[in-house]
Amino acid sequence: MSANRTKEDAGPLRERVLRILLPVAVLAALVLVWHAVVQVYAIPPYVLPGPLLVLSTLLSDWAVLWGSLLVTLATTLEGFLLAAFGGIALAVLFNQSRLIEYSLYPYAVILQVTPIVAIAPLLLIYLPQQAAVLACAWIVAFFPVLANSTLGLNSVDRNLTDLFRLYGATRRQVLTELKLPSALPYMLAGLKIAGGLSLIGAVVAEIAAGSAGAGSGLAYRIVESGYRLNIPRMFAALLLLSVSGIAIFFALSLVSHLLLRHWHESAVASEV
Amino acid sequence: MTIALVTLSSVGKVFASGVRALDNLDIEVRPGEFLSLLGPSGCGKSTALRIIAGLAEPSSGRVEWRQPIAGSDKGGIGFVFQEPTLMPWTTVAANVRMPLKLMGQGKSAQPRVDAALARVGLASFAESYPRELSGGMKMRASIARALVTEPRLLLMDEPFAALDEITRFRLNNDLLAVWEALGKTVVFVTHSVFESVYLSQRVVVMTSRPGRVFTELAIEAPYPRDESFRTSTTYASYCRLVSQALSRAMGEEA
Repeated sequence: MSANRTKEDAGPLRERVLRILLPVAVLAALVLVWHAVVQVYAIPPYVLPGPLLVLSTLLSDWAVLWGSLLVTLATTLEGFLLAAFGGIALAVLFNQSRLIEYSLYPYAVILQVTPIVAIAPLLLIYLPQQAAVLACAWIVAFFPVLANSTLGLNSVDRNLTDLFRLYGATRRQVLTELKLPSALPYMLAGLKIAGGLSLIGAVVAEIAAGSAGAGSGLAYRIVESGYRLNIPRMFAALLLLSVSGIAIFFALSLVSHLLLRHWHESAVASEV
Repeated sequence: MTIALVTLSSVGKVFASGVRALDNLDIEVRPGEFLSLLGPSGCGKSTALRIIAGLAEPSSGRVEWRQPIAGSDKGGIGFVFQEPTLMPWTTVAANVRMPLKLMGQGKSAQPRVDAALARVGLASFAESYPRELSGGMKMRASIARALVTEPRLLLMDEPFAALDEITRFRLNNDLLAVWEALGKTVVFVTHSVFESVYLSQRVVVMTSRPGRVFTELAIEAPYPRDESFRTSTTYASYCRLVSQALSRAMGEEA
């Protein structure tokens, strides 16, 4: 009995350690293989730089890359905020007026299903470059917020809705006291997706704009380094983009957890 | 003969799907009484309750109040659903405060919220979140929320159906204590013969599809009723009477 119990107690902790340890081990193994392959076959750095060279490039080019990272992150953040507010506001508007929903929803879908890579060059023609990049980040990121928020606003407990009616709640009270809190977990799920997508949107637009010149974001650095056959710098920039994406994901997961920890099943720690 | 608090006269309800839920339903709710609507599931008892609450409109017939309650008098009706129907994102106290807040009385609400929570024995759980409570405690919170506006009529739609028997018996006793202390009128929907006999002064037995009143029985046992009533021969014979009436009601429909 007691042995059984210790095993159960050790279970979650072991599980948690494994969840961190295993991906780290896989990463270490991959980097080692990468290093070995580059060394053994003596692959020149303009074809495939080794991990050490990528790292040292990251450090030596830090000034350039850091500046570019900030530009890309600023675009991503602006696109994300616009998508968050735009998506939620539009969802609330759709929820309040069926006619507006019927009129506009198809166009939101069209905006979503048309590949952003195809829209970006057009936007660059009609808008100033910074605005076009921002528009791209917004277009890809706002739809998941809109779709999830709409779903959330329509998923209110029917009995609670009846109760609000019974006590004569106004439309505004139903929205602020009932629908928005009910929809919060759905909105946060949409925002989590939107965070990663706004980075993708920013990168796509920067790449599309790249040859036009004035840009200085990370994606532009990748294109530029490609032209100059500076492959180590391409890898270093790519590494920064990946790390940014991961950081955005974790930041949004943390926000979601903090907001939902008291009540939503997804965020409540299982009590042993 | 006392004047009824609310009277349903030949009320019918046809849903958009064409289902006839109620047909010529006549029910009279007297002030201060504990009335149960008993019937098999799908007999329209919940629909009848929703029509009394003003949450559904009758397709035919009339609902008449002695004094206007619905509409002009918000908070005159308390409603308890089969599920606790609490807002999971906020505390028990905030859930109980909700009706007062919606009615624009949020500022002076605190003593009334405290009193309602104390009434159902949840005073020390005011700051808990609903998910931290057991099923029975959630239902208590739901009852406290229905009581907080001091309604004249309390409508309960199979509130204890999802609870285990021990919890249900405890809540039955506590509900009777609240009813005796506050003198509210209660309309209680249930599909349990035993529950309806234990709680009520009058049991209205309904037939299903379409729902209408089959018969009405008075349970003339004195209050307070407690565990000794639950095991008494009076209780058993009333249960037999109501049970027979229910099977006749169901037989008639078959």
